[in-house]
Amino acid sequence: MRTITETDVWAALAEVPDPEIPVVSVVDLGLVLRVELEDGRLRVELLPTFVGCPALEVIRASVAERLAGMAPRVEVEMTFAVPWTSDRITADGRRKLRESGFAPPGPAAAGAEGRPLFAAIGVRPSATCPWCGSADTTLENLFGPTLCRTVFWCNRCRQPFEQFKAV
Amino acid sequence: MSAQALETPVRSALGGLLLAMADDEFVLGYWDSEWTGIAPVLEEDVAFASLAQDEIGHAQALYQLLADLEGGDPDELAYGRPPEGYRHARLLDHPRTDWAFSVARRFLYDTADAARLDALAASAYEPLAEVVAKMRREETYHLLHMHAWVERLATGGEEPRARLAAALERLWPDALCVLGGIDGDDLLAQAGVLAEPMAAVRRRWLAGLAPELARLDLPGPPDAHTGPCRGPGRTDDFRWLWEQFTMVRRSDPEAVW
Repeated sequence: MRTITETDVWAALAEVPDPEIPVVSVVDLGLVLRVELEDGRLRVELLPTFVGCPALEVIRASVAERLAGMAPRVEVEMTFAVPWTSDRITADGRRKLRESGFAPPGPAAAGAEGRPLFAAIGVRPSATCPWCGSADTTLENLFGPTLCRTVFWCNRCRQPFEQFKAV
Repeated sequence: MSAQALETPVRSALGGLLLAMADDEFVLGYWDSEWTGIAPVLEEDVAFASLAQDEIGHAQALYQLLADLEGGDPDELAYGRPPEGYRHARLLDHPRTDWAFSVARRFLYDTADAARLDALAASAYEPLAEVVAKMRREETYHLLHMHAWVERLATGGEEPRARLAAALERLWPDALCVLGGIDGDDLLAQAGVLAEPMAAVRRRWLAGLAPELARLDLPGPPDAHTGPCRGPGRTDDFRWLWEQFTMVRRSDPEAVW
């Protein structure tokens, strides 16, 4: 049997879809903090996107299921050690989001470290329409069908669309 | 800093802070969920359901931190206590009432909570700092949303403005309690768990809020509150909510989900 490498593990992880937005994988979303492979022990640490995201356990279980058998011992854990931010979504992930009608998030400046949270009230989220590319869009609702989505309206192509929240 | 490195009085004060914060988020989350299906517009059904989910998620993470610190089970902490055992601020003892009232309460709570989270962002107790870093990013959306609603009601004509102003007048004394009722907060500040004692966090909150209240010509806070901030006396409204959110668990406490 060929020895499993970390590259093999990352390739396997790239096949695990996000349960709520299945066009992107856990790797595209930047959910994988680290992969450790030594002495027959494979350990993967994942970052929760939102503290209250109901999909977290589903994500953890699907990663564990995909990696099962790749090493005698497989451990998959969630950690808050590094805060997940939407800036971790890869260029490839952003392209896939756009192609399936989700506007990718802008830079996650608000709520970042070292800035009083109250300053957030001056922030005005904006988005470019993933269908027609127009920047002439209106925020419809900061909250959407899942915790990570915001709803916009495109004034040019007259379509609603969702944006992945910038957090 | 790990839990073992904390001196006993600091550890005990930290436990009190975690329980108070977790209960605040948990109880507010359940009041938010009361709007699902009956909010004034469909967008707000969606928004308040999301806000509720965020807050209950935050509560879950905080109950877990408390369980890691003191032992116990997060679900038991959340659902297993009598109404008198909860330590949420009395701002959260009021029912949802009308829309302006819910907006006013959430705005006061979210801005106070923002000041509290700012004061914990660099906490020496790393497990808490890590969770707070995530929560702060999510709370940005709550602040934006509630501020937009306060502005909309304050500038939306006579009736919404009057309802909002009346709700703020009624809620202000209890809102001051969100940043109160934490025993040993001075010890937490000395140990670097909290950036400064709660009275200073409260001053920072009010100073940040004052220009917005002045701009919208809305009522500001009284000089001080009177009476206990976090129970044990509770309103009939909270008892009713407790009956609701513990109903399923009480129907079969031994059930495995």
